[in-house]
Amino acid sequence: MTISRETAINLVLALLLLAVPFIAMQLGKPFYVTLATRMAILGLAAIGLNIALGLGGLVSFGHAAFFGIGGYAAGILASHAFSGQPLDFGLFAVPGSKLMPVIWAAAILAGGLLAAAIGSISLRTSGVYFIMITLAFAQMTYYFAISWPAYGGEDGLSITIRSTFPGVNTLVPQNYFLICYALLVVGLVLFALLRDSRFGAALQASRQNEVRVASVGIAPFRIKLVAFVISGMITALAGALYADLNRFVSPSMLSWHMSGEFIVLIILGGVGRLCGPLAGAMLFVMFEYILGGLTERWQFFLGLLLLGVVLFARGGLIGLLAGRARHG
Amino acid sequence: MQTALFIEQILNGLQLGVMLFLMAAGLTLIFGVMGLINLAHGSLYMVGAFACAAVAGATGSFWLGLAASLAAAAAAGALVEILVIRRLYERDHLDQVLATFALILIFSEGTRWLFGSFPLYLDIPPLLQGTVPIPGGSRYQLYRLAIIGVGVAVAVGLFLLISRTRLGMRIRAGESDREMIGALGVDIRTLYTVVFALGAALAGLAGAMVGALQSVQVGMGEPVLILAFVVIVIGGIGSIKGALVGALLVGLTDTMGRILLPQLFGVFMDPSRAGLVGGAVASMLIYIVMAIILAVRPQGLFAAKG
Repeated sequence: MTISRETAINLVLALLLLAVPFIAMQLGKPFYVTLATRMAILGLAAIGLNIALGLGGLVSFGHAAFFGIGGYAAGILASHAFSGQPLDFGLFAVPGSKLMPVIWAAAILAGGLLAAAIGSISLRTSGVYFIMITLAFAQMTYYFAISWPAYGGEDGLSITIRSTFPGVNTLVPQNYFLICYALLVVGLVLFALLRDSRFGAALQASRQNEVRVASVGIAPFRIKLVAFVISGMITALAGALYADLNRFVSPSMLSWHMSGEFIVLIILGGVGRLCGPLAGAMLFVMFEYILGGLTERWQFFLGLLLLGVVLFARGGLIGLLAGRARHG
Repeated sequence: MQTALFIEQILNGLQLGVMLFLMAAGLTLIFGVMGLINLAHGSLYMVGAFACAAVAGATGSFWLGLAASLAAAAAAGALVEILVIRRLYERDHLDQVLATFALILIFSEGTRWLFGSFPLYLDIPPLLQGTVPIPGGSRYQLYRLAIIGVGVAVAVGLFLLISRTRLGMRIRAGESDREMIGALGVDIRTLYTVVFALGAALAGLAGAMVGALQSVQVGMGEPVLILAFVVIVIGGIGSIKGALVGALLVGLTDTMGRILLPQLFGVFMDPSRAGLVGGAVASMLIYIVMAIILAVRPQGLFAAKG
């Protein structure tokens, strides 16, 4: 069996990230475990976006909405679990929860519903309209979170204690990293399965030529909507993990800078590539940490770097290392 | 509701509307002619405000500051066009979004470098200080009326520029067929730079005028940029008329919604809850309006191209 260069690079990247916490503990720098966890979570969020953006060509500038709603799902459930008051939906009430699987399911559900609502309106348009509309809807959720005081409003919501997972002590940073890493791997596998499925073929075909897809009897709108919803669900799950990592959720998770960052991660790594988002997230977090330590003005240099990548190095890191994407 | 308050809010809505028009007109012109989505338009608004505040602070004259804001924003726009934007016309929208996002980071951090993190303040010029009586017995800030006046003047000026002048003819030609006007011997690179600088100057003007009402700080352009996106999505991308109608619609909806909705919810809720729910819905109202308009007309109200 021959392994392509891209697969080899993907394996190296995945193992590299897995090794970071163990090396960090050996070196006595537990802070690096948190950095590695951030890489895994942001990578997962960007894998979600990569389904819409990379496979479907849907340039969503509003994925912070899904990231944020996942975070708020975690924060709200945890705060109700802490206060002991059930979460009242009017017709029925749900008790709060500290169990990660429950929180994840809630985040995925909330993200999926929001993506279905936003997608069913935004996908009626395309191109620049789509970019601006997804941005506008994300901004709507941002302003809603700020003006709704029940869950902290502008100040955000603290999660008193990290949620639990049966049989695992989640308060140990390495354990929490492994949970996030496992979900990252699930996300990668899901992306690969989706990409190579009939559905993925139809999705990629609708990116390339919508009219042809329609003429062979596949409705592009439905394909794209389903992809958008799956994409939103994965990003929402990452949001829940991120909230639990920081034990804090605030409207800044919904801000448009976040949406921009997700796109940046994908571009840095390589659009539509399996491990593009992961490579981008690792690069971005490392860059943020190293440059942030050197200068307060690190965003200035990040801007310059990005500009350089867009203008001169298309294909991102994976493209640079593995060459152009091959079809077939 | 009292008439005076009502009129005051309508005027506030108009003022927000014309300011959004100044932003949206530039964005929509740049998209219409060059097919470019420019996220860094909000940074040019910020450049205008900072130039005005810095020059007004140094010389004591708001009017010199205003002239400086136009010049600085136009110059920044032309420079950015020549160095970066020019390479993006043939690229897809994803590359344009990313490159202009990078420009925002550079502009914001660069401005913070130059001026520090503290906001600057800009005074209303003495000529325009004070209030004027409005129907209903109340008084209204003269400066805000002046902003409305400037906005109307710019709208008329833009209309004349595009429909009556040689430059306007070239802009219209550039919108409908880029290759053809190049083939006819028009220097299209210069035309693009001029259009970009014009859009930038309008954004800078808006920033300078609003700078006297709010504090001048890094990041001030971003909320306005997103509202301007809503405006041109509603109006139809590429249409100046759509930008005008959309800007007024968004300005009035946002301002009136914040006043009227809490009262509306007060009809069937207790006042404190009505204020809460009304406030939250009002903060989302323009996006809801946008969603409804898009559901009916996905290409906006005055779509320029099919």
